[in-house]
Amino acid sequence: MPADSAITQAWQSNASRETLLKRALMMKQIRAFFDVRDVVEVETPLLSRYSTTDPHLDSLGTRFREQDCYLNTSPEYAMKRLLARWQQPIYQICKAFRDDELGPNHNPEFTMLEWYRPGYDMMQLIDEVAGLVRSVFGQSEVDPVFESVSYQQAFEDVTGFDPHQVTAVQCFKYSVDNRVEIPQGLTADDDVDDWLDWLLTQRVLPAFKTDGFTFLYDYPATQCALAKLGPGSGQVNVAKRFELFYGELELANGFHELTDADEQLSRFQQENAQRLRAGKEVSRIDENFIAALRSGLPDCSGVAMGLDRFLMVLTGATSIDQVLSFAWQRS
Amino acid sequence: MATYSTNQFKNGLKIILDGDPCSITENNMVKPGKGQAFNKIKAKNLRTGRVLERTFKSTESVEAADVDEMNVEYLYSDGESWHFMEPTSFEQYAADEVAVGDAIKWIKGQEVCVMTLWDGAPLTITPPNFVELAVAQTDPGLKGDTAQGATKPATLETGTEVKVPLFVNEGDILKIDTRTGDYVSRA
Repeated sequence: MPADSAITQAWQSNASRETLLKRALMMKQIRAFFDVRDVVEVETPLLSRYSTTDPHLDSLGTRFREQDCYLNTSPEYAMKRLLARWQQPIYQICKAFRDDELGPNHNPEFTMLEWYRPGYDMMQLIDEVAGLVRSVFGQSEVDPVFESVSYQQAFEDVTGFDPHQVTAVQCFKYSVDNRVEIPQGLTADDDVDDWLDWLLTQRVLPAFKTDGFTFLYDYPATQCALAKLGPGSGQVNVAKRFELFYGELELANGFHELTDADEQLSRFQQENAQRLRAGKEVSRIDENFIAALRSGLPDCSGVAMGLDRFLMVLTGATSIDQVLSFAWQRS
Repeated sequence: MATYSTNQFKNGLKIILDGDPCSITENNMVKPGKGQAFNKIKAKNLRTGRVLERTFKSTESVEAADVDEMNVEYLYSDGESWHFMEPTSFEQYAADEVAVGDAIKWIKGQEVCVMTLWDGAPLTITPPNFVELAVAQTDPGLKGDTAQGATKPATLETGTEVKVPLFVNEGDILKIDTRTGDYVSRA
């Protein structure tokens, strides 16, 4: 019986020995990739006095000497503080933690690869991400296939509407007309971004090549997170943000990074207002991060990649549990 | 009204969907990356047994279903209701025909059944997996007919007809699997 399908006991690892060896090899290949490119490996705290303001992410909290502190949802703020000081390419492989994320593609604790490239724009970083994927795949017989499509093009191809111009009411009407299931709680009064997120999963991603990689880039300005805004193919400014998918599986998210401290601070405040509206706790804004931006972050692009999911692609696993030594239920 | 938020969803959680109590059998998160998350669930309607699929915007709340399960002993039927008793509290419950459902076919009295209650009222009755019932009527098997797997109809003391091997006689006690309605053996 193949190891992956064997029934194992709860004390045993979820992943097979073969998969764990592949994980070790993948780590070695990634480090080798950055080593030859003079990208320096760094470590930043997993435990921080600040959490994230992202309205769709929730930090796991704990306490140290009666002070609230949080496990990082990504090492982004700390790495940018190093970058502001160093102005040189850096990467990190670390654990990230997110509350309430559990499912076939989610584990509350996961392994993240994050790197920053001073002087790179979004397209240059997309090329490097493809290069990294190729270098890890290089050991296998399959030659990975890459496609790139803008957020606007991807939506227009499938739905016929321009996602940068559409309204929530139009998305609602499109869904009714095209018999797209409408989730309970999603209404025409909601943010258009909630609708775009939903239609992305229901219509756009299923149209992606199932056994290849797709870069989706130039996101709506309202989904910019920590990305710079800039001109896209249409008349409106877009977020210089991209995501990498394998089939429908999201693997990486990257930005041409926002370097303007005031703009960043105002985005954090807006996100906190969004958290408040959603009934979530407001997060304390990381002043050290804002101060680092004020001192001067180099023009750069950065990307975060989920390595557990990447390993799922490499091994053909159908659930994240299959690539983890001990998934949540066995942790 | 008690509610559950989508982040409390897990298998076995009892919620109200379309006015009926349902039990969640699968809960998956749908999230395209950064951005709004959705929960896709499968749930079994506890009244009809039908499986529903639903999607919720995360952080949405759903009404909780007050559903209980307990072991009860079947006492008797008065033709309109079927009466059951919880053996430790001696509390009695009257289930209607809809709640008793197919269990009627297999219980004659004293069997321990599983009763599902919704808001304190019987919703479903599940008979024991195996019951022992006497044969009330069956034709004698033909002598010399030894064909493998040959069966004949037999009516049990509950009035239910089952297929039995040819050697079964009236008055025999049979073990029946209530989940399939199949004859298992002579008891």
